[in-house]
Amino acid sequence: MDYVIEMLNIRKEFPGIVANDNITLQVQKGEIHALLGENGAGKSTLMNVLFGLYQPEKGEIKVRGENVKISDPNVANRLGIGMVHQHFMLVDKFTVTENIILGSEPKKKGTVDLKKAEKEVERLSELYGLKVDPRAKIRDISVGMQQRVEILKTLYRGAEILIFDEPTAVLTPQEIKELIEIMRALIREGKSIILITHKLKEIMQVCDRCTVIRKGKGIGTVDVSTTNPTELASLMVGREVTFSTEKTPANPKDVTLSIKGLSVKDTRHVEMVKDLNLDVKSGEIVGLAGVDGNGQSELIEAITGLRKSASGSIHLNGKPITNLTPRKVTEAGISHIPQDRHRFGLVLDFPVGENMVLQTYNKKPFSKKGILNYKEIYKKAESLIEEYDVRTPSVYTKARALSGGNQQKAIIGREVDRSPDLIIAAQPTRGLDVGAIEFIHKKLIEERDKGRAVLLLSFELDEIMNLSDRIAVMFDGKIVSEVNPEETTEQELGLLMAGSKQQKAGGQ
Amino acid sequence: MFSNRLVNILIPIVSVFLGLLVGAFIMLGFGYNPFLGYLALWNGAFGDSYFFGETLRQVTPYILSGLAVAFAFRTGLFNIGVEGQVIVGWLASVWVGLAIDAPMIIHLPLAVLAAALAGAAWGFLPGLLKAKLGVHEVIVTIMMNYIALYTSNSLVRNVISDGKDRTERVPETASLTSEWLASLTQYSRLHYGLLIALFAAAIMWFLLNKTARGYELRAVGFNQDASRYAGMNVGRNIILSMVISGAFAGLAGAMEGIGTFGYQSVKGGFTNIGFDGIAVALLGGNVAIGVVLAAFLFGTLKIGALNMPTGAGVPTELVDIVIAMIIFFVASSYMIRWFLLKVKKEGK
Repeated sequence: MDYVIEMLNIRKEFPGIVANDNITLQVQKGEIHALLGENGAGKSTLMNVLFGLYQPEKGEIKVRGENVKISDPNVANRLGIGMVHQHFMLVDKFTVTENIILGSEPKKKGTVDLKKAEKEVERLSELYGLKVDPRAKIRDISVGMQQRVEILKTLYRGAEILIFDEPTAVLTPQEIKELIEIMRALIREGKSIILITHKLKEIMQVCDRCTVIRKGKGIGTVDVSTTNPTELASLMVGREVTFSTEKTPANPKDVTLSIKGLSVKDTRHVEMVKDLNLDVKSGEIVGLAGVDGNGQSELIEAITGLRKSASGSIHLNGKPITNLTPRKVTEAGISHIPQDRHRFGLVLDFPVGENMVLQTYNKKPFSKKGILNYKEIYKKAESLIEEYDVRTPSVYTKARALSGGNQQKAIIGREVDRSPDLIIAAQPTRGLDVGAIEFIHKKLIEERDKGRAVLLLSFELDEIMNLSDRIAVMFDGKIVSEVNPEETTEQELGLLMAGSKQQKAGGQ
Repeated sequence: MFSNRLVNILIPIVSVFLGLLVGAFIMLGFGYNPFLGYLALWNGAFGDSYFFGETLRQVTPYILSGLAVAFAFRTGLFNIGVEGQVIVGWLASVWVGLAIDAPMIIHLPLAVLAAALAGAAWGFLPGLLKAKLGVHEVIVTIMMNYIALYTSNSLVRNVISDGKDRTERVPETASLTSEWLASLTQYSRLHYGLLIALFAAAIMWFLLNKTARGYELRAVGFNQDASRYAGMNVGRNIILSMVISGAFAGLAGAMEGIGTFGYQSVKGGFTNIGFDGIAVALLGGNVAIGVVLAAFLFGTLKIGALNMPTGAGVPTELVDIVIAMIIFFVASSYMIRWFLLKVKKEGK
């Protein structure tokens, strides 16, 4: 069998840690090869070795059967290896074409030959069905389109082997579908693809083979056609994993959160939430489904006091909390697991311990008359770390040093521990691996069963379907439909999220 | 081999060492004997108790201006206006010293307090503009420096004196000078201000590390979004930080105003106490104890340098070059950190 890429027995060390320990990855020409592993398993390290960003301590790399030494990304480019990064590396104010040619501009008498470049971009775009406008500015196009620009960038540089680093993390369900089509088109034209992911569904859907790594070690390579998600998950995590979260039917009681006629404007003064009505009862999880950018973030910011609402009212347990400060909202009984945990959820340069009292540092017993009591703070932190299985060397470790999953568990521990009446969980499992997701889902259901109201915002339809007792679909600033997860399908949800006129769901 | 904490402590030490080393080569290059040069520097700073007293005297305002810069830094602000806050503090202490007639137990604290308040007010304005309108504090504070300098000059010439270039000396009741400290150090100008400076360092440490308010200030310094999310009032903390920073700077001014000199004069240019405070804070890693140590080093270099022309024929400008080299190496600490980590890795 011909391998286009062979990474044999790769070992890469960082001070105090072996990131890759004897990993072998062999990619055949014309296949989509998945690289599966939990967060921190060493996937990105391995790919950075292939892309020339890191030098391995041991092991060899062969491209098309020949031994190569990839000393920097330029060498990788010359060998036909291209990387589509998870975080796009694009210049906002440049056009699509300008971004694509950046660094290898076609010249004509000392000036950039933009016309020629645009033609080439158009040709490539058509060939692979990317439908990208070469003259559009990056800031004017959607995230999905921006990703296609990243793909075009590698193709323009003659890439034969494309590495996709968690490409679906930022995409809507519709965009994911389109991306899969694009990947298939790439294969048809003779390219090979390495797909870094921890989403099993995607692997089952598009990949031919899958290499699993766990804690820096290569576990093995399997044919996707002969395996199933459960097997893949246990290979990845090293133990059995349950998928559909077990839960009993909800037992909703009084209305906890009541939103009436709420309108919210964003920073540009565009109305993002329009006359919205929504109730969340104690003892139920309401899933807020929708395509990103339909006002979900603004809605949550308005509830939590981070953004002023233009009109309408928000009540918690019958008391008005409209336009209170974040502190007053917190004290009224709302916990908020924020969408962007690095920006809002944690002070990354604070120790884990100090992060555990981010809202309560000025309350007894953590401080008395304005003086902090570190003994109590760290005692609390220790107990939360224990209870929520936050893996950290100590409570004195900076939050920055923790993996994403452990950071999230720390936030959830802190938020849930305050015994709030309402928990707002915005994308609580974004970017986490199955083990952490399982844990977080369990915790949210536990809280529901304790009689708390949970408002769940997620862009993952699976998560919405699995966790919610009721789904509210948000489109264009309004709740366009409320459906029962038992009576709906992902297809129907997708249509509703896209703003299809279908009103009453489930029934028809 | 090295822990991260050790690396953080080693960086300024290595920087100082490299700075001195490069300084030695420069002396050598210009035909001076570096050993004699540094010996003269040492003697000029610690040679006898008079020089030592003068060194400590010089250290005093550096501690406070260093604390001022460091405090703002810890809250994520770059207070370049310490210089101006020093000048208004200086002026205020002298003015209160001259304008009021009271027993020392009231007069002296009042003069010191006036300096702190004046500096605080000078810090308040940029803080307010930053918090409410998002105006960058660096630009405002730079401009405030000039306003402070020329306002002070104008007041000295036209209001506090009758067209003279300096004010009268403040009376004993408003002076920090100490017969006792002076006599201990062969009548150097060492004054009680050193105690105020050390006390201020302790206050900064306590405030930032032990109080709920300090927790907020640090949180805002690291991450404003998370602070807002957690219910803190970000704007109020920014203003407070600038006010406290300005108060430290104002005290630095009082050290000169009613400590070292006893008067305020019309100044041709900046005192540089505030600007040197930036370097002191940087070298001290923006922590209280570090600032005290860095201020000590700066004071030593400044005073010791005075002896280099007579002691070894080395021009004082060269000492300024050595100081600049030290700051250069601190600023490029990434280089040193990288090197230390490499040593650490190989040593394993």
